[in-house]
Amino acid sequence: MNSKTILITIFRWIALLFLQIFLLRNTSYYNLSTPFVYPLFLLVLPFGIPNILLFVFAFFTGLTVDAFYDTLGVHTSACVALALVRVIFISVSVNKDALDNPEPSLGNMGLKWFLLYALLCLFFHHLVVFFLEAFKFSEFGYTLTRALLSVILSLLAILLLEFTFHNKKSS
Amino acid sequence: MRNLWIFINKYNAFLFFIIFFTIGIALTLQNNAYQKSVSLNSTNEIVGGIYQRLNVFKRYLNLGQVNDSLALENAKLKTQLISLSNLDSSKTVVVRDTVNQQQFTLFSARVIKNSITLRNNVITINKGFKDGVERDMAVISPGKGVIGFVENVSANLATIRTLLHKNTLISINIKKNNAFGSLVWGDDNFDYQTAYVKEIPNHIKVNVGDTIITSGSGGFPKGIEIGKVIKTGITGDSFLSLKIKLFNNFSTLQYVYLIKDRLAKEQKTLETKRPDEQ
Repeated sequence: MNSKTILITIFRWIALLFLQIFLLRNTSYYNLSTPFVYPLFLLVLPFGIPNILLFVFAFFTGLTVDAFYDTLGVHTSACVALALVRVIFISVSVNKDALDNPEPSLGNMGLKWFLLYALLCLFFHHLVVFFLEAFKFSEFGYTLTRALLSVILSLLAILLLEFTFHNKKSS
Repeated sequence: MRNLWIFINKYNAFLFFIIFFTIGIALTLQNNAYQKSVSLNSTNEIVGGIYQRLNVFKRYLNLGQVNDSLALENAKLKTQLISLSNLDSSKTVVVRDTVNQQQFTLFSARVIKNSITLRNNVITINKGFKDGVERDMAVISPGKGVIGFVENVSANLATIRTLLHKNTLISINIKKNNAFGSLVWGDDNFDYQTAYVKEIPNHIKVNVGDTIITSGSGGFPKGIEIGKVIKTGITGDSFLSLKIKLFNNFSTLQYVYLIKDRLAKEQKTLETKRPDEQ
């Protein structure tokens, strides 16, 4: 990791959390679907990142979001779950030795791979968020609907951001 | 030992996952419990400070609407004042010491963080225990409607668990016949403009358009208008459920009134006293 990557990562963290907390926190579609874009920060962390660092980043990103959402523990758990899904998915689908790309972004990996990657990660993240938030199974159907609809909205928002900022092979 | 080390090295992601996920779940459970000790929420100095700064800009957007509602309330109060001052003062009046007798005192606070899109919505206000805010104080909105209860209090800030939260339950009456029930949000209804009234006995007759008021317990004064019935006849097991439209709009909330109940402590100690202690 060179200093440029570190700077970009820090900037991305601040920008995505700002966007999430001050704009998207108040956004929803009939209270059914709320977009979460901050997981993008964890999605596009470099391939070479040690697992322990990835989990620490996930933990503290979630903790920050929780502090602003007044939902202590919910996003923290969800981000940690996302980190695990990320590790598994990358180890299954990417050959690390033959890899010359620095990070798993849309521009580097192509639309098909990124779409599946983001969809899986977001699905588990949202599932944990909405079920821990409801914290009871009597609203099971409703919570599941909320989670699935939110995945769609989050995925669209994340693709939009990726297409805007990453749509070329980074050197 | 070496094998263990190899095992840990190979599956370190699972290990980290289990460690951090356990911490996360523990935090969630702790946050769901009534007694909380970690104050990593919007009453926190840093988090609250950021919200407060941002709110300075956001306030201007709804200024017109706030002005209208305040003017409306002023007009109402003025009408009351006029009717009071026109009383015949030549009669003998029994003087009552209202300063010491008054049970409820209201004071206002500004909302610095609002929330309506989550399952459990918490708002943050700019008054804390320095201004006399206490835990479990009742909160109402300007004009008509109830907001919820004070949850966490720090020096200068406090969070309010609004009606739009799974732990909020407000005791209500139907205005025309004083039937008791409780107001909840959720159960497949997550529109911030409607809520459910539960636990109304089946024999009570309720019509669409009936007004729901607070019952006077739980820190709210009796008779605050909450909403109108829009759907009746949703039967549970042995109780009736009503869908109601709330009078207040949570999405444009700017100011709230906190209610200080002089007798709250007395009532609580009395009601939680066990029979054998009496």
